[in-house]
Amino acid sequence: MTQARIRRLLTVVEETRTEMGRTIDPPTRKAAAVAVIANPFARRYVEDLEELMVIGEELGDLLGRKAVAALGVRPEAIESFGKAAVVGEGGELEHAAAILHPRLGKPLRAAVEKGAALVPSAKKMGGPGIAIDVPLGHKDAAFVRSHFDAIEVHVADAPRADEIVVAVAVADSGRPLPRIGGLQKHEVVGKDGLR
Amino acid sequence: MVDIVVRKIVVGVEDVFHEGGPRAAVPLRRGWVAAVIENPYAGAYVENIQPMMDDLKPLGLAMARRLAEALGGAKAVQGYGKAAIVGQAGELEHGALWHAPGGYGMREVLGGAKAIVPSTKKVGGPGTRIDVPVTHINASYVRSHFDAIEVGLADAPRAREMVLILVMTTGARVHARAGGLAVHEIKGEDGLR
Repeated sequence: MTQARIRRLLTVVEETRTEMGRTIDPPTRKAAAVAVIANPFARRYVEDLEELMVIGEELGDLLGRKAVAALGVRPEAIESFGKAAVVGEGGELEHAAAILHPRLGKPLRAAVEKGAALVPSAKKMGGPGIAIDVPLGHKDAAFVRSHFDAIEVHVADAPRADEIVVAVAVADSGRPLPRIGGLQKHEVVGKDGLR
Repeated sequence: MVDIVVRKIVVGVEDVFHEGGPRAAVPLRRGWVAAVIENPYAGAYVENIQPMMDDLKPLGLAMARRLAEALGGAKAVQGYGKAAIVGQAGELEHGALWHAPGGYGMREVLGGAKAIVPSTKKVGGPGTRIDVPVTHINASYVRSHFDAIEVGLADAPRAREMVLILVMTTGARVHARAGGLAVHEIKGEDGLR
């Protein structure tokens, strides 16, 4: 059963073909899938946030699959992921936490096949048009330094006061010209989520 | 060896008393420090940029000290994060130079925090704002401490500058009730739980 009352769905794909005058071949690519949903708890304090947790599970699946599809690659080709939410002024920050943390991760991990690492996240309150930076990290090993990144998303007319913007981001590559060392992706063990 | 030339350092602190729910007995304090520095690699592609990571360590340490002080001392700090905004004459990779020295500075000041420091980075112009993720300093999965702080400076970064940012918090979100791993359950072995 669908719980989320979705007003809009958006996807954005960023493909970097040159950086600092250098050709990036193949291009690095990251994508975000974004949902604008009604906040069932706007304008009142509600103690039990279960309803938002169910919505989080639903959006983890929907947005996870949409973001992967936007890149047009197989799930196992996804290398990084991240998530974020912006709560309109009629809500509270905790509403973002209830969507993002308890249940969104499991279906997102299914959408990218595996994902032993913590899904990096950001959250804030804001008004229509506000941008949010969705952090990106390697899906199986959080310490892979070449994959620390972020993608900025915004929706011009959201979140309205009684809405929440929820974003899931994925990438099939790290930064365009990674050269600051640290753990490399070919060294990933992928068991503990860190290395 | 690269000279680290700082144009300005800005510190911001907010006290959160409530967010529409019950008023907190002790307000949550969230703080950030941003340093605007010259980007020595702006304007051209430079292959070997790694030496700058060591050169940034003293600045990372000074910024972490200053921020911890603004929050009431290192002992009060429970959450952290870091970020970088690179001016338009630079590249995204220059922002990645902040990972090691930013993390080093905070760990030194906080006495060996175990969790990976969450981060974001981007390229932008003056006034660009960035959401800096926050997690618990010893266990990344502590759900009550997941947060983010938006930081930006009206006049930075100019094209050949970078804004380097650290953030810290003194506790859980003010109405934390999304369940998950709690602070008193931290094992503190792997930095995750």
